[in-house]
Amino acid sequence: MSTPGTPAVSRRAEFFAGIRAQVPLLLGVAPFGMAYGAYAVKTGLSAGLAQSMSAIVFGGASQFVGVRLIGNDVPGAVIVLTTLLVNGRHMLYSASLAPYTDHLAMRWRWLLAYLLTDEAYATAITRYRRGDASPHAHWFFLGTGFALWATWQITTAVGVFGGGAVPDSWSLDFALPLTFLAILVPVLKGRPAVAAAAVAGVIAVVGFRWPYGTGLLTAMLLGMAAGIAADLALHRPATDGEAEAR
Amino acid sequence: MRLWMIIIAMGVVTYGIRLSVLVFVHHSALPRPARDALRFVTPAVLAAIILPAVLYTRGAGHFDLTPGNERLLAALAAASVAWATKSVWATIAAGMTALWVLQWLVG
Repeated sequence: MSTPGTPAVSRRAEFFAGIRAQVPLLLGVAPFGMAYGAYAVKTGLSAGLAQSMSAIVFGGASQFVGVRLIGNDVPGAVIVLTTLLVNGRHMLYSASLAPYTDHLAMRWRWLLAYLLTDEAYATAITRYRRGDASPHAHWFFLGTGFALWATWQITTAVGVFGGGAVPDSWSLDFALPLTFLAILVPVLKGRPAVAAAAVAGVIAVVGFRWPYGTGLLTAMLLGMAAGIAADLALHRPATDGEAEAR
Repeated sequence: MRLWMIIIAMGVVTYGIRLSVLVFVHHSALPRPARDALRFVTPAVLAAIILPAVLYTRGAGHFDLTPGNERLLAALAAASVAWATKSVWATIAAGMTALWVLQWLVG
């Protein structure tokens, strides 16, 4: 959208651009939020607990797992450790975004960390990678995180209070992987990035049934390792010329 | 009361993970190889979310790498549109339309 040399856009414009970037993901997140709310009350959580979990934890997959374990009377310590596993990948998002936020005041970083999810990471890192050095890019992060947060709270409430669900036959959940696909394709520049995606994708498929998100976490770590390995292999001095020739 | 404690602890753990490098540990303190690897977080996580969502059927969760998998065909159509247009909305429109048409043809 904006090209290098374009004057920095305003805070307000960044904020709304962040919201707009999140809208396609919200199509897929909305049915997920409703399903969570309905599942939580069906499992026996009070409306207050179910809704509070969306505000306090704010992480879809970990909330589903948490509710299931609560329903099975699993000890609290196990549930908390499981949450650590399911959400562990967010540490990679935190590290990946940190270089772009380290000039911000602490209160901003605390706020943005609260909003850091898969969906907010995908759109925020795409914004930062544009590399136009806008002083207000964190307003994009705030806007995109806020859009997801508000949608998650509202759709949780709809599910909790029995406001119905989106029919499965609409397959709206598919909008989520489709949006990630649209974000992924331009990222696949160069063989190391392709290697990272290929290895992570294959391991995620293999580890699909591994418990508590360990398949996804392993896939990410091995994918990143593959990216580094490919990078090293390509940039070894002996093969340097061939490496860039593609 | 016990459930409130569990949910708050889940929240503290999750928030702590998200705060980790944004607030608690400066990224420059990470070992060099770790920082290099962070360039690949985006392609790794996106592929790791997309592929299982496309290759496992909904509900039953069967692995299906055949042309009978409507989501696989729809995702391939969407990927080519993403490649050609670089547009998120065009990608979604192509993928959802392909999926609906295929489901309608089969159904």
